[in-house]
Amino acid sequence: MQRERMLKGCRALDLTDEKGFLCGKILADLGVDVIKVEKPGGDPSRRVGPFWHDIADPEKSLYWFAYNNNKRGITLDIETTDGKRIFTELVKKSDFVIESFGPGYMEKLGLSYPALSRIKSNIIMTSITPFGQTGPYSGYQASDIVVMGMAGELFLTGDSDRPPVNISIPQACLHGGADGAVGSMIAYHHRRKTGEGQHVDISMQQSVAWFLATTIPYWELDKIILGRVGTFRSGTSRSTVQRQVWPCKDGYLFFFMIGGIQGAKTCRQLVRWMADEGMGDEFLMTYEWEQFDMATATQELIDRISKPISDFFQAKTKKEALEAAITRNISVCPLFSMQDLLNDPNLAARGYWTHLEHPELGTSIPYPKQFVRSSENEVMTRFKAPLIGEHNTEVYEEIGLSGHEIVALKETGII
Amino acid sequence: MNNNVFSDLKIVAFSWAMVGPLTLKFFADFGATVIRVETSNRPCVTRTSAPFKDGKAGINRSGYFNHFSANMMSMSLNMGHPLALGLAKELIAQADVVMENFTPGVMDKWGLGYEELKKIKQDIIMVRQNGFGTDGPYRNLAAFGMILAAVVGIPNFIGWPDRGPLPVGVGAYTDCISPRLASAALIAALDYRDRTGKGQLLDLAQFETSIYFFHPGFLDYAVNGREPVRNGNASAYAVPHNVYPCKGKERWCTIAVLNDRQWVELCKVIGKVEYAADSRFDTFLHRKEHEKEVDDLIKEWTLHLAPEEVMTRLQAVGVPAGVVENAADLYADPQLRQRNLFWPIEHSEMGTFTHLGTSLELSKTPAQAYMPSPCLGEHNEYVLTKILRKTDEEFVELLGAGVLE
Repeated sequence: MQRERMLKGCRALDLTDEKGFLCGKILADLGVDVIKVEKPGGDPSRRVGPFWHDIADPEKSLYWFAYNNNKRGITLDIETTDGKRIFTELVKKSDFVIESFGPGYMEKLGLSYPALSRIKSNIIMTSITPFGQTGPYSGYQASDIVVMGMAGELFLTGDSDRPPVNISIPQACLHGGADGAVGSMIAYHHRRKTGEGQHVDISMQQSVAWFLATTIPYWELDKIILGRVGTFRSGTSRSTVQRQVWPCKDGYLFFFMIGGIQGAKTCRQLVRWMADEGMGDEFLMTYEWEQFDMATATQELIDRISKPISDFFQAKTKKEALEAAITRNISVCPLFSMQDLLNDPNLAARGYWTHLEHPELGTSIPYPKQFVRSSENEVMTRFKAPLIGEHNTEVYEEIGLSGHEIVALKETGII
Repeated sequence: MNNNVFSDLKIVAFSWAMVGPLTLKFFADFGATVIRVETSNRPCVTRTSAPFKDGKAGINRSGYFNHFSANMMSMSLNMGHPLALGLAKELIAQADVVMENFTPGVMDKWGLGYEELKKIKQDIIMVRQNGFGTDGPYRNLAAFGMILAAVVGIPNFIGWPDRGPLPVGVGAYTDCISPRLASAALIAALDYRDRTGKGQLLDLAQFETSIYFFHPGFLDYAVNGREPVRNGNASAYAVPHNVYPCKGKERWCTIAVLNDRQWVELCKVIGKVEYAADSRFDTFLHRKEHEKEVDDLIKEWTLHLAPEEVMTRLQAVGVPAGVVENAADLYADPQLRQRNLFWPIEHSEMGTFTHLGTSLELSKTPAQAYMPSPCLGEHNEYVLTKILRKTDEEFVELLGAGVLE
């Protein structure tokens, strides 16, 4: 039986480039009819790689595929008078407008939130930009590394003897995009209660600075600036660090000790595993793990505990560690490769990967089927990202344009 | 009672670590009644984590817990006590949503799995954010965010060609990804419930939500057979694109030149106009070929400047550049301050303490700081007498019975 989608009947116009893709993707997964609106010829964000078989073609961007699936796509030049008129018709039939232009661009076109709300009073407009619509940095230029730096995450990542190092898949736009989806949904909830639309203003800098764990508290309470500790973990006490990346036989394992009752069980299980494998350590076997306190443990104690564990892990494979983690209940995990992800039994058991057909490439490609499993609704990746203008005829007919008009608009370069 | 978006929403949360409160914040900051059910026997791992107020450990003194828990209530309930389950069920009967992120066995063991919750309240929405989801072979693997980040493969995307993979500096990175996806889904589920009268179970695995954030890298493998390569701060599209040392200890800036026009502007600012048209640097491909030289000549300039100066001088001509902000920079950041990221609120044990504010700016229904992070069990009386309508005598009796611990 076909299950209903949660947000069935809602429509969003998605004007974003790569800064805002994820917002519309999340809404689309939840059932919104998301229409990607691109410049005639295709959006410049189609030039973001990697590409299918490394062919740098706007129809072959894997980045575009990843975050624009489940969306329909049209082309429309909203800078022209006719284009604006058509956009207005689309807005009248939509619930959300999502955009990621520089602050002021939409206003210059006469498409600011107040203008849109005059076209459709309860419209929800969501803007996703590096720093937000107002404030001293709102006009700044940015790329991911700049935002990650200004959001505090970059300073914390890397080795202490090297410069900070960024995550090579841009992350700030994804946090901003996901925040755009939450903000849009909160606005939508408000609209259901009151009939009122509003403007959601997302700053990617803020979306990242929002989750910095103990960074701000350490500064405020202790005037300590947390820095980079490479493969270790800091922030659990004022002065100590604890290894979290451990070399193993065929890669790396991730493990760290949590204090108190919560941490005791897993440490004791690890020590037992070591003993069962003939690598038991006298000190670890008699240590009172409940006494281990992350905040007060000395570096000497942490090092004493770490040494035999390190030797043991080096004798184990990723597979052995994962098996022990599951059967012996130890909080240790191997660093997975992309191949490991593709073949992972837990993801397979939960039906995580789904293959979508790409007829234009004569192949199918794996996508995450769902980010949430709903007991009631269909939440899933249903169809691939649109080709340039793939749904022009379908969408323009839905707003009442005739075949002749569509041809005329195409000839004048408006769609 | 407030008049914000979620003023009529009640969430009972068996949530801990960072993923729990970060999800709850989206609701608490917009007016929901959020009741966190905790216990002193097994306190939230963030309550027992540093930093502490005045360096003195205490269940209500952690800067970690208190930073993330504004606008939430705390009820202490010892689930091992025979009276606890009954009280939990009474509370759930009044709730719209139950949220949890323990390993999946815990709620089921208590008799609070989804099927049981439905019997208590037919249209309840349950949100579970376990590491690996509620089924599948890894379901009982207790994993915090740092470890989950490893199975997602995230450290493969961080580091230098001559060294091994690195963790994300913030630590529990999957805890930072899942809450937004969970919250968007929950609000959609509330809409569906209001239309149809049907509740549901939302089962999220942090493992799975986090793969969404690395899907392009995964596709590069699935389609092109290419595993991620650690390449420092180099970009396939921009040169220069790096972190550069500035004047002072541990002071850094970022610069990213995305096109030739920005390169020309940068050359003017650093006083090396001749490099704009230099055949080694004039196009992206030429700069890529001589990336080390490009980085060296920029470093020569940045080393003598404060990062703020690099940022303002380059931004003035439209070149992307920024301070690599540390905790003190963030705390004083004028953009973040103007946008309400920090909420100084008076807390009974912390004094005036900066609670984390919101990352969302909504024009008509702004997020608000209603109250400080809760002390453990601070709202027992309120929850029992106001929400569960116990008499004062009954409340005192429960106190004496030792269930509220």
